[in-house]
Amino acid sequence: MVYDNPDGVRIGLEVHVQLNKLNTKLFCGCSTDYHDDEPNTHVCPVCLGLPGSLPVINEKAVDFAMKIGLALNCEIVGQTQFHRKNYYYPDLPKGFQTTQYDYPIASRGKVIIEGEDGERVIGVTRAHMEEDPGRLQHIGSIEKSKGTFINYNRSGMTLIEIVSDPDMRSPKEARRYLDKLRSILDYLDVFNGDLEGAMRVDANVSVFGGDRVEVKNISSFKGAERALLYEIMRQKNHIRRGGKIVLETRHFDEARGVTISMRTKEEEHDYRYFPEPDLVPMRVADRVPDILKTLPELPDAKRERFNSQYGIADMHARALTIQIKVADFYEEVALKADPKDAAVWVADILKGELNYRDLDVDAFRVEDIVEIISLVKQDRITEQSGVQIIRTILDEGGRPQDIVVSKGLLKVEDDIVAKAVEEAIAESPEAVTDYLAGKEKSLNFIVGKVMQKTKGRADAREAREKVLASINK
Amino acid sequence: MAAWTDISGIKERIAASSAEEVTASYLETIGKSRINGFTTVWDRALEVARGIDKDGSSGPLAGVPVAIKENISTAGLSTTCSSGILQGYVPPYDAHVIEKLKAAGAVILGKTNMDEFAMGTSTESSYYGPTLNPWDTGRVPGGSSGGSAAVVAAGEVPVSLGSDTGGSVRCPAAFCGVVGLKPTYGAVSRYGLISYANSLEQIGPMATTVTDIALLMDVIGGHDRRDSTSIKRENRYSDALKDDVKGLKIGVPEEYLGEGIDENVERTVWDAIGKYEEMGASWKKVSMPHTKYALASYYIIAMSEASSNLARFDGTRYGLRVEGDNWHIMASKTRAQGFGEEVKRRILLGTYALSAGYHDKYYLKALKVRTLVKQDFDRALADVDVLMAPTMPTPAFKIGEKINDPLSLYLADVNTVPVNLAGVPSISVPCGFTGGLPVGLQIIGRHFDENTILRAAYSFEQNTGHHTKRPGEVA
Repeated sequence: MVYDNPDGVRIGLEVHVQLNKLNTKLFCGCSTDYHDDEPNTHVCPVCLGLPGSLPVINEKAVDFAMKIGLALNCEIVGQTQFHRKNYYYPDLPKGFQTTQYDYPIASRGKVIIEGEDGERVIGVTRAHMEEDPGRLQHIGSIEKSKGTFINYNRSGMTLIEIVSDPDMRSPKEARRYLDKLRSILDYLDVFNGDLEGAMRVDANVSVFGGDRVEVKNISSFKGAERALLYEIMRQKNHIRRGGKIVLETRHFDEARGVTISMRTKEEEHDYRYFPEPDLVPMRVADRVPDILKTLPELPDAKRERFNSQYGIADMHARALTIQIKVADFYEEVALKADPKDAAVWVADILKGELNYRDLDVDAFRVEDIVEIISLVKQDRITEQSGVQIIRTILDEGGRPQDIVVSKGLLKVEDDIVAKAVEEAIAESPEAVTDYLAGKEKSLNFIVGKVMQKTKGRADAREAREKVLASINK
Repeated sequence: MAAWTDISGIKERIAASSAEEVTASYLETIGKSRINGFTTVWDRALEVARGIDKDGSSGPLAGVPVAIKENISTAGLSTTCSSGILQGYVPPYDAHVIEKLKAAGAVILGKTNMDEFAMGTSTESSYYGPTLNPWDTGRVPGGSSGGSAAVVAAGEVPVSLGSDTGGSVRCPAAFCGVVGLKPTYGAVSRYGLISYANSLEQIGPMATTVTDIALLMDVIGGHDRRDSTSIKRENRYSDALKDDVKGLKIGVPEEYLGEGIDENVERTVWDAIGKYEEMGASWKKVSMPHTKYALASYYIIAMSEASSNLARFDGTRYGLRVEGDNWHIMASKTRAQGFGEEVKRRILLGTYALSAGYHDKYYLKALKVRTLVKQDFDRALADVDVLMAPTMPTPAFKIGEKINDPLSLYLADVNTVPVNLAGVPSISVPCGFTGGLPVGLQIIGRHFDENTILRAAYSFEQNTGHHTKRPGEVA
């Protein structure tokens, strides 16, 4: 099946990733750990842009950027340079943003996603480093605001802007690309995607080969999918009514689920880029071999290995390798349990329960899931009880061996069942007689009694067989 | 006029009395000043001097009073670039050079006047009004570090710091008859210097003797990791202070003489070169063919960088704020009121030069010319040890004479700006007088070869008496 892209949709994404796992900001020594702190407490002359302050490049940020570039299969530039992007905005303390222009640190890479019709290669145009501006907090809504506070804690945080080629043909593919990007970044351990503003998306979209429209202010992956669905529909409707799509920038209104025009091409800024005189060009190509050595096994490679090494379903391998923590967790489990059982329990069951509670795999112990798998495997508990133990651990805590006892989940022992069978038969002479006279249904009465005596823990079918065996003896 | 005293003289005076007394006597002189050289006198100066007396600081500048240009950040002391837009701004941090001076025991007396944001050659564009030339108070002291030069010439402080983007240390040094050094780009940290044109400027010392220049460089020079353009390189500048120019090869660039140069200035400079010949040096004419394009290249680069550097002054965080209905109106009104005419002119021209469609024609071309100018210096200085030329084409001009004619003011920088484009070091030393006004000899050296130009300047000083003449002593 080939996806024929009936509307000629082309989507390119610009993703800003905040490298919040660096200890310090891009050009100064201020701590990046500001998310729980008071406004304007993680600032210094440099990130406040005070007169006379000068930037100094954070070498580790360069290493992180190269790591990302290499993981996205990019070429690394020989010598990288920073430029000034000049525009006025109150969150921009210097009146320009220090960014990269014609010498981005990485370019011409690719990301493989599960497309509409199988595997699809999405080109990465470039990945460049830049500083994050501060953050505006309006008093009240943006339209009616009486004033604005500026928090510069974020100012100077390291961003990597990853620009894709316009290779995605549907909002679903865009979503898959974003998920894949996040997965790769997660493997590289360069950012914590759960922190606010860790990944921000701008989307460029066109239909039927027309001009592209840029959609800004997308705050989540789900938002990206919604914004794109709306924008494609809007463009198609506009063309159907005889309109023409022009180059413009639109703003996504998350609450209303619509895009609103911000400015057309004539109103675009002239950023007057020029090389940042306060930072000297930096030779980075020589570092590539060392950085390559630090690259972990990435999601695609890991998935293939899981397929071949553990013989598990591709669906499971994929689910297990999206997050590196989950993959590592699975491999530990697979050492102590049957890998196929482990895949089912981790990928299908545990992940579902974790997602439902918005929890991380860190919330669960490897030995607990191993224990649960083993109890099921030994037929000491039912699968349903296994799920119940997982839920109990997540909601109340505790260990499996205690929970099976406290909740009485162990399948009852044979002798208990045997005893219950004997008692049930002894207590029901009429039913035995009726059964022997050909009234098959009477057997149910006796089995019911067995179940009653074992508080329902016995297997009904097993109990029935045992009752029969005893009567026919 | 108070007598000129150099650093060794100050140390003798401190030994005989105290740092506090020396500081007090300078503060008294400043109190009677009529040249408007200081913008702010630091109210903690005496306290600092007392501290030095008490602790017996052994720093190389213990108790030595210094004056600092208005564009070098001083914690707790107003730093405004002599602009309306920075009124009320008090930096929370010290520039690298200020940290160094403080650690060396220097006593900062206050801040000195300058052309607004260092954009000028006369110190007339200051928010605080013009500084007067101590040699003739009807004349300008030069600029943009006019205050720093004038207060040294007037004996209000023994040494000072200026900054030199296109001649802003050397020009006022020449006009005020003092010594001023523009170090090699990267020799002194710019951390804390409020940028006008980052790729061109350096902080430089001003003093009455070459010895004091070297002593100051020993304190303020050196690598600073906070300035990515500062170079890791050790140098003892005072090692250069030797009276010996035998065998020194001097190049005299023919493009720096002739048309546009006052003939008395030119004659005075030739006399100086003759003196060097007497002292055992040799000279020859050299050609620097791209000099004629240097001025245009300089102004395009400087204005382009300035248009970006000055974008941060928007009334949001510090300095002047003129209220408006929204942020854009507030920022526009603040900038309209806060910046002076020359600053606005340069921001507009710089913005234009960087704009889409003009960027390649102006900015990019200026960068290419810069490379050619640099090659002129490399070639010339491969052949000779130093270059010598008039620092300024004329002696100090009258206040008001050129301020309304920006082009004629820009032309006055013709001999100083190529040096900044190339990044090489250059010193201006007094080499004589014309019409009672000092003339400056500019000595230019190779990258990071300050010691050769210091030695040349020191030798000249040892064998002539121009630097000992004080305002009022020359007919």
